[in-house]
Amino acid sequence: MSVLVYIDTTSGSIAKHAMEAVNYGSQIGETTVLTNGSIDRNELASLGKYGAKKVLVQDTTSEDPAQLSKMIQAAANAENADTIIVSYDLIGKAVGPRISAGLKAGYIPGAVALPDGDNRIKTNVFSGKANGYCQANTSKRIIGLTPNSIGVTEGDGNAEVTDFNSDLGPSGITVKSVEKQEGDILLTEAELVVSAGRGLKGPENWGMVEDLAKSLGAATACSRPVADIGWRPHHEHVGQTGIAIRPNLYIAAGISGAIQHLAGVNQSKTIVVINTDPEAPFFKAADYGIVGDAFEVLPRLNEAVKNFKANN
Amino acid sequence: MKILVCISKSPDTTSKIAFTDNNTKFDESGVQYIVNPYDEWYALVRAIELKEQHGGEVTTITVGTPADDSIIRKALAIGADNAVRVNMEATDAYSVAFQISEYAKNENFDIVFTGKETINFNGAQLGGMISELMDVPYISIASKLEMNGNVATAHREIIGGVEVVEVNTPFVISAAKGMAEQRIPNMRGIMAARTKPLTVVEPVSCDPLVNYESFSLPDSKQECKYIEPGNMDELVELLHNEAKVI
Repeated sequence: MSVLVYIDTTSGSIAKHAMEAVNYGSQIGETTVLTNGSIDRNELASLGKYGAKKVLVQDTTSEDPAQLSKMIQAAANAENADTIIVSYDLIGKAVGPRISAGLKAGYIPGAVALPDGDNRIKTNVFSGKANGYCQANTSKRIIGLTPNSIGVTEGDGNAEVTDFNSDLGPSGITVKSVEKQEGDILLTEAELVVSAGRGLKGPENWGMVEDLAKSLGAATACSRPVADIGWRPHHEHVGQTGIAIRPNLYIAAGISGAIQHLAGVNQSKTIVVINTDPEAPFFKAADYGIVGDAFEVLPRLNEAVKNFKANN
Repeated sequence: MKILVCISKSPDTTSKIAFTDNNTKFDESGVQYIVNPYDEWYALVRAIELKEQHGGEVTTITVGTPADDSIIRKALAIGADNAVRVNMEATDAYSVAFQISEYAKNENFDIVFTGKETINFNGAQLGGMISELMDVPYISIASKLEMNGNVATAHREIIGGVEVVEVNTPFVISAAKGMAEQRIPNMRGIMAARTKPLTVVEPVSCDPLVNYESFSLPDSKQECKYIEPGNMDELVELLHNEAKVI
């Protein structure tokens, strides 16, 4: 098997989910990484630690799915790749289907595991309420790997970094401006997430959520009503109509756990629920539950975390 | 302005998810089908708003069987002008995208809308595939779209923020939250929908590229372990030693 993994490094660094995608690819076959942007060559060579043999770099910062798809198709053809891997994130969701239609190769979105012996790949379907086992009917396939599915294992090795030049064609999309999220840890990348809902009664009370997040090194998130009434920005909204996340730890305070909210977080490895109502449906999905007032529990938990961090 | 909106059905968000035939088929018994929320709330409603502002026509397209006519009528009741149904059971996303692009390529649409994903397969595939097949720009997961003549300004989600982009028609756009607000059809809309044209076209031959061989339900969660609100040291200890997440 010959594998091509596309990773986005236009931010200037290699994201964790990109290392994970390389790791995933190297467990399927001999892996070449394709990327673009002006990232340090030595850093790209270090992708050898995650199983890459070779890294191809094209000198462009384009984010146009049409151009990126052209570039990835050209590299896949040049490398004779039969498996192409993208992260199932905002970029992967834009380019994965374009590559599939361009190469007439089956696309398997939302993969959460390696292919089994029959090349079936476990994926998330029905908003995390079920798994589908998907197989490509074509000789080439594209896999969209859900971030934080298999984790990252670091080994030894250096990848050989070479330039790649393919014709991107014209872009129909002009970027006018970019509004980046202020702050610390990106929700989609976060391993730990502290989230809160209407139970917090008002935006002025979010300090204790942020304090706990800071002590843990976690990102903050919120439920839909909280984003809809403007207490928190929309990009923090997790759930069926917001974003779906799968951190290692999801702490939910003052969120009842409607089915639409669960759809966005039920893939989290460990869920802690804090709610005054012992009948809150979220407790059914929780690993650890605290029946109590978030106004008391969150500061206490913050103290306990700080003590733990100080002693470990 | 000529706008095409891709509409598919999905099980109601509160449906119980189960499978039959040795876990190879979604169990439809007792399931109420709705218009996929991203297609309806965001894509269709924004298309209708743009028509109201700038004039033109909104056509919906669905790849499906006569059983899908009820969700198509719902889209017409909300305000689409006419509808097309490609008469086949939808298989994989590629064959759906292929049928839609085959229909759309001779119709000179300015904008093709999809929802950002369906809530049953969560594949986020259709818009990207249609754009590649039609060789036009694709704005993926957009939360805003304004038109000025044939120039569109859109907000698309990027990792950790939003990007404002400009694109000329024709293009494909997938719609996410923020694009529009849900509209409830009124009685007049529902009556009018009965007589709006629903054209049935026959599919072009196309093999699916992928195949869902079987399904499973996630392992059931272990019982929730309760911790006294006064004992947060115990929770931290469990998160560290038992769950191993901190």
